[in-house]
Parts: sequence; C-alpha cells; structure tokens
Amino acid sequence: MSRWGKRTLKLSRIKELLGCEELSSSHSGDTEIESVMPSDMMSDVLAFAQPEALLITGLVNSQSVRTADFADAILIVYVRGKKPSEQTIELAKELNISVMATGMGMFEACGILYEGGLKGIC
Amino acid sequence: MNEEALYKKKFPVTGGDFDKAGEVSTQIKAILKTTGIDNDIIRKVAIASFEAEMNVVIHAEEGKIEFILTTSSVIINVADKGPGIKDIDLAMQEGYSTASDDMREMGFGAGMGLPNIKKSADDFEIKSKVGKGTWVRITIHHEQK
Repeated sequence: MSRWGKRTLKLSRIKELLGCEELSSSHSGDTEIESVMPSDMMSDVLAFAQPEALLITGLVNSQSVRTADFADAILIVYVRGKKPSEQTIELAKELNISVMATGMGMFEACGILYEGGLKGIC
Repeated sequence: MNEEALYKKKFPVTGGDFDKAGEVSTQIKAILKTTGIDNDIIRKVAIASFEAEMNVVIHAEEGKIEFILTTSSVIINVADKGPGIKDIDLAMQEGYSTASDDMREMGFGAGMGLPNIKKSADDFEIKSKVGKGTWVRITIHHEQK
C-alpha cells in the first residue's frame, strides 16, 4: 500500500509472482510499483506514460529500454521467455532501469499483477 | 520567438540506424536533467523528441535535430531529407501509419508518433514536401525552479 492508500507491489514481490529472472537491479527490492504499461508498441506506452511505472513487453530491442527511460519507468519485465542482448541490459543499467524476464505470456503476467492490485495505464 | 537561447546543440540522425535510434533524445534528456527543469516537463520533451527522432530513423534518409533551451521554453527543431508526408492531416490521426511490418516488429508504427508529439508539445508546427523531406518544430514551455 502506498502512502496515498493505493495498491502497490514491491519489485521483490513482482519477481516472485511472475517467477522472474533478474537481469539488472538498478532499484532495491523494496521499491514499490503502482501501475503497469503493458504493450509491444512503444508509441502506445509513450502516449499514456506515467512516472515510476512498470513496462511489460515482449519487445527486447534497445528502443524498449529507451521508451522505458523516456516514460520514467523504473522496471521492465520481458515476457514470453524473451531476453534482451547484453548491450541492451547494459543500456538499462546506465539509464537506471531495473530489468527482469519471465517465461509467462503477457496475458498471464498482466492477470497476476492485476490480481496483485496493480492498475494498468495503457 | 525572439528569446535568446541559453543553450543550443545540433545532432545528426541517420535513417535506418536502429541501433543508435533514440541516442539523441537520451542526450537531450541528460542535458535537461542538469537544468532543474521539472521532471514532468522533461518527460514531455523526451517523449516528443524520441518520437520525432524515430520518425527520421523509420522514414527518412537522414536528418538533424536541433535542441534549443531558452529562459521560458525548450525547442526541438527536426529537419529530414526523405519521402515527406503526402497528407499531414491524415498523418496526424491516431492509428494512421505508413510504417512497414518490419518497423512494427520493432515496436513502432502504431500511428501514434505525430499525435504523441502534438500531445506533449505546447506548440507544434509541421511542414512537409513530398520527395524532399519534413520539418517539425516542437515547443514546450518550462519554468525554472
């Protein structure tokens, strides 16, 4: 629960719920997330961007990291077992973005996060 | 706009270079982070600049992004050499895109690029000549803390 009474999940809990592998830990496991931007289309993410959100996507190129950065997101979760290149993970570290990967699909991952109390942005 | 520029920088952008696409906007964001300008304003500039940069990478052969900071505004001028836009009104509609399936696989071509720029900007101008290129000016007002 955030200080405004909104439902949040800690990064460590998101990792646990989605069975994620952590690829970059730019933020502590106690960092709280309130909202989720699920999309493979980066302009859709940028159209509704809100700071300190989670970008959940199957797009693993460097533009996914840049989109997360411009949207001021703090975590990217890559779905469908996809993992970005080392170079892309390095970029995320440089831009202070945490990165995780899960074998789950977008639908299942979003369902679990919704059940966990998070709200969607786009 | 007769205000004196506090800071001015021009960046080249290469069409089709997806490895570097977004680097210019990352640099612009980094410069703005040192100014004390509000994060919400920086986010708007970064989003508008990134969308404009991606448009050059996706559609044009080459382009230039000029970043100007004045006492009241951030101005992003983008000029490219490329196919131009036949129907600007249509291109401004959400969901309209001429990007290829390859571009869509890379996460772009949702038809939200120009609408996102307009939404982020306080003032937005666009001119285009088919077969020559496109020129865009994005102005976002800020208040120094």
